[in-house]
Amino acid sequence: MADIKDLEALATQVRRDILRMVHAVNSGHPGGSLGCTEFMVALYNEIMELQPGFEMDGIGEDLFFLSNGHISPVFYSVLARKGYFPLEELSTFRKIDSRLQGHPTTHEGLPGVRIASGSLGQGMSVAIGAALAKKLNGDSHLVYSLHGDGELQEGQNWEAIMFAGSKGVDNLVATIDRNGQQIDGPTEEVLALGELRPKLEAFGWEVLECENGNDMAAVVEALKTARSRTGKGKPVALVMTTEMGNGVDFMMHTHAWHGKAPNDEQLATALAQNPETLGDY
Amino acid sequence: MTRYTDQGKQDTRSGFGAGMTELGRTNPKVVTLCADLVGSLKIETFIAENPERFFQVGIAEANMMGIAAGLTIGGYIPFTSTFANFSTGRVYDQIRQSIAYSGKNVKICASHAGITLGEDGATHQILEDIGLMKMLPGMTVINPCDFNQTKAATLAVAEHQGPVYLRFGRPKVANFTPADQVFEIGKAVKLSEGNDVTIIATGHLVWEALKAAEALETQGISAEVINIHTIKPLDEKAILDSVAKTGCVVTAEEHNMLGGLGESVARTLATHHPAPQELVAVRDSFGESGTPEQLMAKYGLDNKAIETAVFKALKRKA
Repeated sequence: MADIKDLEALATQVRRDILRMVHAVNSGHPGGSLGCTEFMVALYNEIMELQPGFEMDGIGEDLFFLSNGHISPVFYSVLARKGYFPLEELSTFRKIDSRLQGHPTTHEGLPGVRIASGSLGQGMSVAIGAALAKKLNGDSHLVYSLHGDGELQEGQNWEAIMFAGSKGVDNLVATIDRNGQQIDGPTEEVLALGELRPKLEAFGWEVLECENGNDMAAVVEALKTARSRTGKGKPVALVMTTEMGNGVDFMMHTHAWHGKAPNDEQLATALAQNPETLGDY
Repeated sequence: MTRYTDQGKQDTRSGFGAGMTELGRTNPKVVTLCADLVGSLKIETFIAENPERFFQVGIAEANMMGIAAGLTIGGYIPFTSTFANFSTGRVYDQIRQSIAYSGKNVKICASHAGITLGEDGATHQILEDIGLMKMLPGMTVINPCDFNQTKAATLAVAEHQGPVYLRFGRPKVANFTPADQVFEIGKAVKLSEGNDVTIIATGHLVWEALKAAEALETQGISAEVINIHTIKPLDEKAILDSVAKTGCVVTAEEHNMLGGLGESVARTLATHHPAPQELVAVRDSFGESGTPEQLMAKYGLDNKAIETAVFKALKRKA
């Protein structure tokens, strides 16, 4: 088991990676990436059982699917720092001839990625399919997925939620990033999601909540609890409250940094708030 | 000229069902998904014999496509099954991102394609699906012509690595290809030799093309009939070899003339060997309710329409 301090140090370094990646190409999505940094670091370094190397079929290990593909910077940084591909490759993000496309894809053969995502609302169905394959294969490992809260406005999610509840896909842990923001403003103004717990429970899910999705100890605890609730006949949802732009004071409490890169001065300020811990790429 | 005889009318969807039954017995990696149309897709035997390898997803086609993509990740070969309309237009973005762009080994099996779906009318008669699917990079597009060929195609796509769109229909039509045929994806089948005109047909229109060729023969016109069961990748060599000999072409398909087989053939000819071409296809319109025979006649998709098109092509060649 990793020390919480070590996970926090890694999270700080991942935040630096995110900021430098989007700054370098003046594009990308830092807000949601920063908000999900603790979750992604905890998942890959404390929660999931992983095999060395990368095989597409993922037999004998836990799997993760990123449905809200626009937070690719945090996904890429966590994958690179886990050893899926060379750290230096983070410098190619969103550039021509790169495996690190704006949104994640299998198309360029990047290890660690098992599905393309970006067009929203598709990841839960894919995660369910992978979970069903694990059952057919007699593989007791789990499937994890991450979804934006605004993304739940896509109807395909509710087809998937109905299916997983109805058919008892209980080897799936789907986390909802409840940051309350989307491109056009707060989710409750754009198209209110209302209370997610009763909605998901009505569809037959086991629902857990994590009120502080940017507290590493709380995230680890929540994911461990979620993991312990699998295998009991119900899919497990973790509704995780996060702060978009977490760790950079001027990116928090607003939706302005959903899809905008910092300029040189803003980058310097943001990096000063997240001092180097494990070495920049 | 080779004479093909009808071995007894059957629906192509039953050919799919027969293929699935065989795959269920021979390939443990094959799984099937259906969106509340089990009876229409004729997969009852597969389900009865392999209940653990069947997933009923309900009326939720987008979710079905995503689940299918996910199942490939664990090494399975998913066959999705519903009507052609709900297999393509309704779920285009799911197919594009989660299957085609992601390179997933999903077989999208689509029944009730085209206007011969009949009485249900235009809401269900998709005439744009070949175009939608052939535009997706890496997608193989197959439209077999009868029961035997649909069964053979179903078996063949299980062996093919990569996404496939397999299109077939509802009505009982002539079953005339040999039951023991070898189905080679991307390889055209020449059904008759001829010197005056090449008739290139796909799906239900192949039988109509053979009937037209017989009628033309009595009028002294020698037609070469080619069955293009695979629209993508297109067997360009078979087309160009034939047209080099005949000098003109009629294409025939149960699809909008925009985006279908005819346009793929026209592109091939324009690039390599320009020649007069007439298109037997739906003229950029929706369908309507009616019997399959009435609709084929009204929308200019039967053997008479092919004959008329041949005379036009011959005139332009001269």
